[in-house]
Amino acid sequence: MLEIRNLQVRLEDEGKEILKGVDLTVEPGRVHAIMGPNGSGKSTLSYVLSGRDGYEVTGGTAVLDGHDLLEMEPEERAAAGLFLAFQYPVEIPGVGNMTFLRTALNAQRKARGEAEISAGDFLKLVREKARALKIDAEMLKRPVNVGFSGGEKKRNEILQMAVLEPSMCILDETDSGLDVDAMRLVADGVNALRSEGRGFLVITHYQRLLDHIRPDVVHIMADGRIVKTGGPELALEVEQNGYADILAEVR
Amino acid sequence: MAAPLRKDDAREAATEARIAALGRPGGGFTAPARTDALARLTAMGLPTRRDEYWRWTDPAAFNAPEPAGGAALRVDKPIFEGRDKVRLVFVDGVFDAAASDNPALAGVEIERLAVADRADIHWAKALYGVLEAEGQAPVARPFAALNTAAATDGLLIRVTGRAAKPLHISYRQGSERSDAVLHHVVRLEPGAELTVLETGTAGARSNLVMEVDLGEGARFHHLRPQGRALDRAMITHLFARVAEGALLKSFTLTANGKLTRNEAVIRIVGDGAVAHVAGAALGDGADGPFLHDDTIFVTHAGVGCESRQVFKKVLKHGARGIFQGKILVRPGAQKTDGYQISQSLLLDDDSQFLAKPELEIYADDVKCSHGSTTGAIDETALFYLRSRGVPRAEATALLVLSFVADAIAEIEDADLASDIVARIEDWLALRQG
Repeated sequence: MLEIRNLQVRLEDEGKEILKGVDLTVEPGRVHAIMGPNGSGKSTLSYVLSGRDGYEVTGGTAVLDGHDLLEMEPEERAAAGLFLAFQYPVEIPGVGNMTFLRTALNAQRKARGEAEISAGDFLKLVREKARALKIDAEMLKRPVNVGFSGGEKKRNEILQMAVLEPSMCILDETDSGLDVDAMRLVADGVNALRSEGRGFLVITHYQRLLDHIRPDVVHIMADGRIVKTGGPELALEVEQNGYADILAEVR
Repeated sequence: MAAPLRKDDAREAATEARIAALGRPGGGFTAPARTDALARLTAMGLPTRRDEYWRWTDPAAFNAPEPAGGAALRVDKPIFEGRDKVRLVFVDGVFDAAASDNPALAGVEIERLAVADRADIHWAKALYGVLEAEGQAPVARPFAALNTAAATDGLLIRVTGRAAKPLHISYRQGSERSDAVLHHVVRLEPGAELTVLETGTAGARSNLVMEVDLGEGARFHHLRPQGRALDRAMITHLFARVAEGALLKSFTLTANGKLTRNEAVIRIVGDGAVAHVAGAALGDGADGPFLHDDTIFVTHAGVGCESRQVFKKVLKHGARGIFQGKILVRPGAQKTDGYQISQSLLLDDDSQFLAKPELEIYADDVKCSHGSTTGAIDETALFYLRSRGVPRAEATALLVLSFVADAIAEIEDADLASDIVARIEDWLALRQG
């Protein structure tokens, strides 16, 4: 379970306040969506939770299954079960996708005091997960995200998620840059990972992704706060009327 | 032939002292070449930092009549161990027959210079010191002339067919004061193929020359992981002449070493030939001083030839990296495809990379490009890896491998390339502890 309480964050360099007291609880097995206009702080929330440099937490807490996330290094957060699917997955030339995946999985296992996975078992595991995402062997051999299309990059993010089996997944604008078919493939991948023990936080500007990944709860974020929370119907309201009405209503 | 360096008394005195301390081996077929080389060296004089070509690398350690003493010994972990090959071992520049394999390889004649040089007639007479002498213009390379004059041993390799396995020249350092001067000559007859692996630390100080003559359509692969001794000073010269349709690929890995200067002087003389020189250097000043210098000169004199220079340096804690690379396209060398890239990854603010890329082109229908960059670890990529659970040090190591990947890609043999990668991983792992 992810519990965020009164989280306040500002940019380290400019001192600009981005998050002004975010409260959010994501229970295992549930899919929460965060929607909001550009600049509302959605992506900042995902970065702060995963430990990216450049942000200063000035108040509040974020706890994942009893772990105080804000006190941990990014790799420790990952080993504790947090996963961020990037809006812009990073290209790493010269490092094979398989090497990258195995290094990540074994690092997490080591951090949790588990034995490393054998080469044979790893290969079997990745092939099985890749098949479901229509990721072929050739793509697994290529360097991480290099020469991948937008859709391939996002499917690669979901493959990492499937292999690493986190308890809490954050998807940052996963729909950006995807056409409808690619989005469906990614959404199918995410839906296949939905399970009782796993929570999701889906960050998106548009409602369309939520047609494919059906959320249990929808939050509207504006100016660094969650200003409204509701069911899936809230996303439809945004789709029909835009953010202006909701923002006017809560002000 | 050689462009004389600036004359001055100090240079003359230093050169005289250096020559006086040199041994005078040989006396057989190499005698005329050695005499000529000595005359060249005397005329050129030893370099100083006032010479343009030595501006960034202090040649004092190579100029001194004796090597600096006390170079700590380091037993190098063997590399290419699992690969089928013929290994010939030199310890402190002295051939070690007991440690070497029987030098029998189908399609390849292998002789020791020190032994063959008892005769007056030899095929290598047409090459010994000849490619070196041709490589003295337009830039003087005094230490190569010194090597030709004073080399105590080396291998004379004549390849008439396709060698079934690599020839491995394995250097070892056994003394803290050794001064190794070795000179190899390789002749590939038309259509012949050979891979030479050159590994280890040849001496506390070493001066190594390899002259390679590629006949038409010959293929020569050269893979050189240099020894990891920290205190060694090493200067190497690779002189190559590449005939029509021939291919040369040379890759050097340098991890550690107080002072390394690797010069490659490649002349493409036939049409449709290919020459690639690449290297990765890794230096951590916390282990001791580190200066690595790649000085490359590729001349295109044939039509439709391709050359590539791909050099990567990873530097930390005051380590210094130098790259001086030139592509010269002679009149008439049309359809030349020349490429040069030199890049450094600085792992802190304390290290330094200096690069001097040069193009000199006298043909109008050519494609030549060069680039040089200096950068730090990509923080976004680092975060990406860490967000997947990879700890900072391990993530940094992966990004270093990513950085050197373009140079590694110049190694054609996948098994040998994986051995090189493993060696880099070793070096990086030591730094995580």
